[in-house]
Amino acid sequence: MTSNQAIRWVLKPAVFLAALVPFGLLVRGLLAGNLGADPLKEITTGTGLWTLRFLCITLTVTPLRRLSKWNGAVRFRRMLGLFAFFYGTVHLLIFIVADRLAGLGFPPLAAWQTFRDLAASIGGEIYKRPYITVGFTAWVCMLALAATSTAGMIRWLGGKRWQRLHRLVYVAAIAGVVHYWWSVKADLRGPQTYAVAVGALLVFRIVWWARARASVPARRARRAAAS
Amino acid sequence: MLIKPPADIPSSEITDKKVYLNRRQFIRTAAGTALAAGAGVIATEKLLGAQQPAPHGRKLVTKSSPLSTKETPNTWEHITTYNNFYELEPGAGNGPSRLAKSFKPAEPWTVSVEGECAKVGKINLEDILKGETLEDRIYRHRCVEAWSMVIPWVGFPLGNFINRCQPTSKAKFVEFTTLLDPRQFPGQRLPVLDWPYVEGLRMDEAMHPLTILGVGLYGEVLPSQDGAPLRTVVPWKYGFKGIKSIVKIRFVEKQPVSTWQKTAPNEYGFYSNVNPKVDHPRWTQARERRLPSIFQNRPTELFNGYGDQVASMYTGMDLKKNF
Repeated sequence: MTSNQAIRWVLKPAVFLAALVPFGLLVRGLLAGNLGADPLKEITTGTGLWTLRFLCITLTVTPLRRLSKWNGAVRFRRMLGLFAFFYGTVHLLIFIVADRLAGLGFPPLAAWQTFRDLAASIGGEIYKRPYITVGFTAWVCMLALAATSTAGMIRWLGGKRWQRLHRLVYVAAIAGVVHYWWSVKADLRGPQTYAVAVGALLVFRIVWWARARASVPARRARRAAAS
Repeated sequence: MLIKPPADIPSSEITDKKVYLNRRQFIRTAAGTALAAGAGVIATEKLLGAQQPAPHGRKLVTKSSPLSTKETPNTWEHITTYNNFYELEPGAGNGPSRLAKSFKPAEPWTVSVEGECAKVGKINLEDILKGETLEDRIYRHRCVEAWSMVIPWVGFPLGNFINRCQPTSKAKFVEFTTLLDPRQFPGQRLPVLDWPYVEGLRMDEAMHPLTILGVGLYGEVLPSQDGAPLRTVVPWKYGFKGIKSIVKIRFVEKQPVSTWQKTAPNEYGFYSNVNPKVDHPRWTQARERRLPSIFQNRPTELFNGYGDQVASMYTGMDLKKNF
């Protein structure tokens, strides 16, 4: 088996299944009723944290690839990013169903009125509560990235434009940390941990970017001297 | 030490307690008494009526109260594994129950009574309980984090104790302080709140018959994570107004500043009465989830449904301003 085949048929499916484990555990806990007295809090913080974790893992792919020189790493990036989007979407859906829809008294879903009330209810929270505003911003960024994650979309957008668009992942990660930071009452240890992780992953890129910029004139100068 | 008021327990009740204990348990208790080195432990337990074995610890002798709600209480497991007790671990969850062993209330437990009252001094828990009849008070409990439970507390009116302290006319508020002991309270090693935890009540709120000094749960001695051995329960206010593991009660003229007020003055006011019309800046207080429900669909009632009994204390007050 070539390393290409190993990635495709063994490693990727394994990572895929592993990434579903937290979701499976939360669903099992919810159905079995063993998430304690406050299952809503468990599934909300659980899916929120896994969104941040997958964002961090996704942002680790490129530094890992550069440092290890293992280009195969990049083959996992899209899947990991999509899992961040998946957990973020579940997180948002929990809010919509358990908080907003429940608050409306679970009106019939097929009605136009329900759709309007629900949109107003969700929109009102996004507008009124800054931590929800940033959280929703993070999700919208991830939505844009997920929607343009196919090979067809990359071709359609063109590599440069696609790459520029996908820098939104940095906005999503930062907004995600801010959302977490603003949602806790007093104990900031959790948000601080993720702020450090995302910060470190961004520092890598800033350093590389600065180095690349510095090396362009240097290269030009070398080329000029050689000719 | 306080001068004890005349006993308000009819002698029949005292006999009752002896009947309550059967011989075998009496012998077991007697043996325990003989073996135990610390006399204080036994004295307190006797006063708590804690000789009866109980499913989770030590049984209390209680009587029912007309002030209890008919709603079904949450399970012992939920009430003792889902706690907000930042002194043990910050954040609502099972942290406090996991770390509960690190906090063993001292025997005897001493409370310092200070400020504007005649009976300034230190008083042991056994003396606080002397002459009091413990009641089961099944109350709705509404957390500021928009969840609620029904909790069968055991306690007695805080007003009884305040009367015994003989507050002066200058005493307009009561300030309570939790034990400060980072060795027992790992949460106090973190700079999360300005330790020790301080709470306050206006005198009329503290004297209200619904306000109790809690010492138990489900007819048993209060577990550490629920604020052992002595806490307040103020059912028409958000849960954090109930201060746990009290070591100081101070009568003051000026309104105290509570710990959460100090931490986030825009989010937590002094009164913190349950009010569906005053949102927490980060979430609505209009609805709550009655645990273990996952749906935020139960309408929150003004004063947590205790409006008939307490609303008159706030007539003419702007509850939006005095949140």
